[in-house]
Amino acid sequence: MSELTTDAAALTRTVPVDRARLLDYAAASGDQNPIHQDTAAARAAGLEDVIAHGMWTMGAALDVVTAYVGGDPGRVLSCSTKFTGMVVVPEDATVEIHVEGAVKRTDEAAGTQTLELTVTSGGRKVLGRCQAVVRA
Amino acid sequence: MTAFVVPGYDVRRRASTSHRDRRTRPDRLTRMALNTDFAGREYPPAGPFPVSREEIADFAAAVGATAAAHRDPAAAQALGHRDVVAPPTFAVRLAQRCEAQLVQDPEAGIDFTRVVHGEEGFTHHRPIVAGDVLTGVLHVDRMREAGGHGMVSTRVELTDDGGRPVTTVTSTIVVRGES
Repeated sequence: MSELTTDAAALTRTVPVDRARLLDYAAASGDQNPIHQDTAAARAAGLEDVIAHGMWTMGAALDVVTAYVGGDPGRVLSCSTKFTGMVVVPEDATVEIHVEGAVKRTDEAAGTQTLELTVTSGGRKVLGRCQAVVRA
Repeated sequence: MTAFVVPGYDVRRRASTSHRDRRTRPDRLTRMALNTDFAGREYPPAGPFPVSREEIADFAAAVGATAAAHRDPAAAQALGHRDVVAPPTFAVRLAQRCEAQLVQDPEAGIDFTRVVHGEEGFTHHRPIVAGDVLTGVLHVDRMREAGGHGMVSTRVELTDDGGRPVTTVTSTIVVRGES
């Protein structure tokens, strides 16, 4: 394997999401809950409008981590998050999530780094304690 | 269909309020109670789930994952992998099918319409690659009532066709008390 590299510049990204993308995610993930697809269903569940799957947001955010480790998904050893806010996706709108990662810890003995991601939408945090451990 | 899961918010703040309510006015606990006897339960293996290149590419596209190793076998092989590699959260697709055994069991007392997603975690013992045939064993690690809400923590251990560990997926859902 070639020498491992990391790319700190890869840790910032803005990802757009619209209804079409949520339909794609529903199909790809198997999570067909209608509150992620249909305004009426979302409102019936007490929500303002359709919201993105929390797992979509986590998946979209985590790609900066894969990019950081040179595009090798095999170097992402673990990841976890709490879900702290909703990403509302109105019909005919494109909403953005903003991802900013930072290296929180380096464990030289283990050859790993822990990254922490700050993930916001419209200036509000949507994920909490979103972290990943990578092979550095 | 998999678990109806909504990203959680404000759960802790509401929990403390509801907790007081429930202590003083037990009649206000409106939803059905969790069957906490399910805690500690381990389910028979679910699957097998064959993982295809197409599934990995579709998942990568849906979350906007950019790495060539998700789509291009040659790029994945250049990194030392047998075939295209799944994005870090891909295993949720398989884990939620395993979790459905619990969440959709009426005996468990989990009301879909009140469920919010609290936490999720993935530990990769090795990467998931196309061509894998995985099975998942669902464990109910915790199931309890807290402050008028139900909390359910599950763990799915995904293994390959040789029984070797691949990914551990942990998930916590919160079943909201009052709306």
